[in-house]
Amino acid sequence: MSAAAPLHIGSERLMLDPSGAVFFPSRSLLVLADLHLEKGSAAAARGRLIPPYDSRLTLDNMSLLLRHYSPKTILALGDSFHDAGGAERLAPGDQARLAAMARQTKFIWVLGNHDPALPASLPGDIHAEWADGPFRFRHEAGIGGPGECELSGHYHPKATVPVRGAAVTRPCFITDGHKRLILPAFGAYTGGLDVADPAIASLFPRGGRIFLLGQGRLFHFPIGRARARSGVAA
Amino acid sequence: MSDSAARAPVRRQNTTKPAASGLLPPRFAAWFAARGWRARPHQLEVLSLFQSGQDILLIAPTGGGKTLSGFLPSLVDLAQARPEGSGVHTLYVSPLKALAIDIARNLADPVAEMDLPIRIETRTGDTPQNRRLRQKETPPDILLTTPESLALLLSQEDAPHLFRDLRSVIIDEVHALAGIKRGDLLALGLARLSVIAPQARRIGLSATIAYKPELAAYVSADGHGGGLTLLEVPDPAPPDLSIMLPEGHLPWAGHMGLAAAPDILERVKQAGLTIIFVNTRAQAELMFQDIWRINEETLPIAIHHGSLDVAQRRKVEAAMAAGKLRAVIATASLDLGIDWGAVDQVIQVGAPKGVSRLVQRVGRANHRMDETSHAILVPANRFEVLECEAARQGVAARELDGDPPRPGGLDVLAQHLLGLACAGPFHPDAAFAEITRASPYADIDRATFDAVLGFVENGGYALHVYERYQKLFRDSEGVMHLRNPRIARQYRMNIGTIVEAPMIRLRFGRGAVLGEVEEWFVTQLRAGDTFMFAGRLLRFVRLQETWAEVTDGGGGKPKVPTYQGARMPLTTGLAARVRAIMNDPAQWQAFPEPVQEWLSLQQERSVLPGKDDLLVETFPRQDLWYLVAYCFEGRNAHQTLGMLLTRRMERLGIGPLGFVATDYVIAIWSAHQPRDMDTLFSEDMMGDDLESWMAESSMLRRTFRNVAVISGLIDRQMPGAERSRRQVTVNTDLIYDVLRRHQPDHILLRATWEDAKGGLTDLGRVAGMLARVKGHVRHMELDRVSPLAVPVILDVGRERVAGQGQEDLLAEAEALVTEATGEEHPENVLAQSSLSELGFI
Repeated sequence: MSAAAPLHIGSERLMLDPSGAVFFPSRSLLVLADLHLEKGSAAAARGRLIPPYDSRLTLDNMSLLLRHYSPKTILALGDSFHDAGGAERLAPGDQARLAAMARQTKFIWVLGNHDPALPASLPGDIHAEWADGPFRFRHEAGIGGPGECELSGHYHPKATVPVRGAAVTRPCFITDGHKRLILPAFGAYTGGLDVADPAIASLFPRGGRIFLLGQGRLFHFPIGRARARSGVAA
Repeated sequence: MSDSAARAPVRRQNTTKPAASGLLPPRFAAWFAARGWRARPHQLEVLSLFQSGQDILLIAPTGGGKTLSGFLPSLVDLAQARPEGSGVHTLYVSPLKALAIDIARNLADPVAEMDLPIRIETRTGDTPQNRRLRQKETPPDILLTTPESLALLLSQEDAPHLFRDLRSVIIDEVHALAGIKRGDLLALGLARLSVIAPQARRIGLSATIAYKPELAAYVSADGHGGGLTLLEVPDPAPPDLSIMLPEGHLPWAGHMGLAAAPDILERVKQAGLTIIFVNTRAQAELMFQDIWRINEETLPIAIHHGSLDVAQRRKVEAAMAAGKLRAVIATASLDLGIDWGAVDQVIQVGAPKGVSRLVQRVGRANHRMDETSHAILVPANRFEVLECEAARQGVAARELDGDPPRPGGLDVLAQHLLGLACAGPFHPDAAFAEITRASPYADIDRATFDAVLGFVENGGYALHVYERYQKLFRDSEGVMHLRNPRIARQYRMNIGTIVEAPMIRLRFGRGAVLGEVEEWFVTQLRAGDTFMFAGRLLRFVRLQETWAEVTDGGGGKPKVPTYQGARMPLTTGLAARVRAIMNDPAQWQAFPEPVQEWLSLQQERSVLPGKDDLLVETFPRQDLWYLVAYCFEGRNAHQTLGMLLTRRMERLGIGPLGFVATDYVIAIWSAHQPRDMDTLFSEDMMGDDLESWMAESSMLRRTFRNVAVISGLIDRQMPGAERSRRQVTVNTDLIYDVLRRHQPDHILLRATWEDAKGGLTDLGRVAGMLARVKGHVRHMELDRVSPLAVPVILDVGRERVAGQGQEDLLAEAEALVTEATGEEHPENVLAQSSLSELGFI
């Protein structure tokens, strides 16, 4: 496993992992956003038989993180399943793997817009939102109270950075540096939304910092104040 | 395509026999006579062969009366009134909607003048619903359509009824269809037609090209050329070509040829109607602007390309036919078919890219077979002077180029099999027998067919979780049925083999539609930006859901929309001729001074590529390192070599970022300086991990994207369609990665590989070249780009390499920004100032 980048928020040191996860060493808590498990079978139900291996791949990636961090708790920031029926559609083998992980680690499932309800049979606890000290864990960034620090998912942020002679686009973390952090999507079939899109940019009116996912490390860049792209923003 | 040993011998006939004009019924003979015409020998031969039950491939140059040849048997047959309520008698398929519509119009005259009881109608994507219904109830005698619309008709349950009386299937412009995926789709449709209407005969019409037996096999009903007669009308004298150079400066690079605008305008003034052919739509827009800027006499000069709104194009075509225009600046949109009135002159701006294509374009002028056509070639840069000269030599030598048809795409087969199921239940054995009578699939093995069928059925995944979503089910006798009608609707929405980038329509306010541009182009515009389209200067106002609002005018430097796939590859025959010219300074005398100077400058700054060595130049440019190798092996070999070289450079830590392969050279750019060419080009380049390296390439990913759409794995993106967040869309790159990891033997990955191989050459040939140049690699370390390398560096169609190089560049950019902002630890500092001056976001 690779070099995670430290980020200090709310007097807590968080480790941003190049896989797109966040680890809280002091709480032994691993946070993942937007797993979108069973997105493949959701498409299949609509007549698009795209490969069913997405859940397996996402679980593979989760296993690697578990082995590396051995967290006490895993917290999934919503849209863990692509749709309401996703948890039931999980293949028996994948269900067993999830159950095995849950025997090692406690799962906290925060609900998202894709999975507004989850079956009670799912190992772990289900919450609309989760709080721990100053930290709020929710699916979609909201209005934080005073002194609150928020971790969320939902937007699948990605960014394009100019490099010599070209531009590189990658999923990324985006943070204002003191009270808001949005995680990239962790699921195998998840796309992204550019951080310059008003939906994301308006959440960071004073600019901030992005961390692009790389091979075994992150690349960080400052971003300026929100500037809506003309022609797209109304 | 089958090997020639397996193919039935094709009957060949040259059309020199005296015409058996007795075949022609009196009504027809009188009609010809009234016009002062005589039926041409090959027209009568087609009639006689058709009546004797032969399938026919007629190869004739432009202007040979091909179309009438195709229809004459049908008109003669249909002169006798048929019983009320008969089905379609003649089906005509053309690659262009416009061609189908135009032919319908042209046929109307003889039909009316001879008072024939024939109803002619077109059926395309534009045909309104009420007419479609009427065509079903009372079918026309002659139906003109496209491969896609035919597939749609055949997917309906009543197709056998519609075509029960079919006698003739005319396939126009076969040369433009055989060997591409649209042609695969059509071949499968024809095989279907032969099952539901075995009595129908086929007539293929083609321009002169190489690979005639393969084309005959394509048209034939057994896929091997059986039962088919190949009729050839000999070509007239080769056209007379001259090369025109712009006054003064001859550009080093660029493909636009704008410097020649004044000279082109002069030529336009001297002729009646001129077609100015260019190679890309962007070039058409720019040339149009430049000519109009100096068109003081305001000669009527129009523009015609594939992204313009259909109504606009029709207007230009009508104006041409009516003799109201003096010139049209056109792309390949005017390459095919239709007779555009009396064209006096053809000017080709930019390298012609292929001899056969050039001859066809030139054939647009003096549309009479017995006259020599004249055309002018206008090279856009110094390199293209060599290319134009090579093309001139090729035309004079009557060289025929182009690639042989490749085997049919498995993705197209998947689409067809689903269409088959939409039409009604079928047994796999019968379907296999049917599709192997289409020449592109003549050699497919049963296991591959079954894998494709398995994909259509339930995705064909080793992980069996999709049973309940399967599209087809098998009954106890093994017959395949469609699971529900929704799947048929989905099939019909996604039919076709042309996968285009999503397009956005351009409109004035809420009014007239001008045409469409690719979505990515619009998303990079800001309000107030100006760009050129349809020959006008437009200002971008805003992007609505499905269209972009524009107004006239605007200031600043206008952008020009470019389009994916706009690039035409040069044929390998021409590449070899260019090398020969370069190696023979005696031939340089014929070239204008700037070209001679350019070649001499190359000798001075670097060296010219020799006959037996391999010249490799390296130089820094715009913060990157470039390596240019002058192999002259053709684009396919260079693509393969690009894969091999970048893999090796990745291993050596040079950080390759991308490459571009042309027919002459391969150019690679990297983050670090490439050294030690002997190691880089050593023979032992082939290794077992090459496949996984290539699988990562942007070329394979792009190919997979097309395969995924055509095979029906994902939905086609409708132009400007709204994308809601709830819609299940998955990036094909992600699907590709998942599939490679978990089911590397999946049929769609195989389909992708086989498609991609069409753009690559077998490794053996590349190995041969490496062995040949061993010890003869001539490495020139330069401090800047060499004269000869300029054109390739500016070329498009680049392949990205996703390796360590990109990571290195990101790290570098990160360090640079950190330094510039004086930050040490990212978690401590907030960027308050806008960093737009550094170009971030």
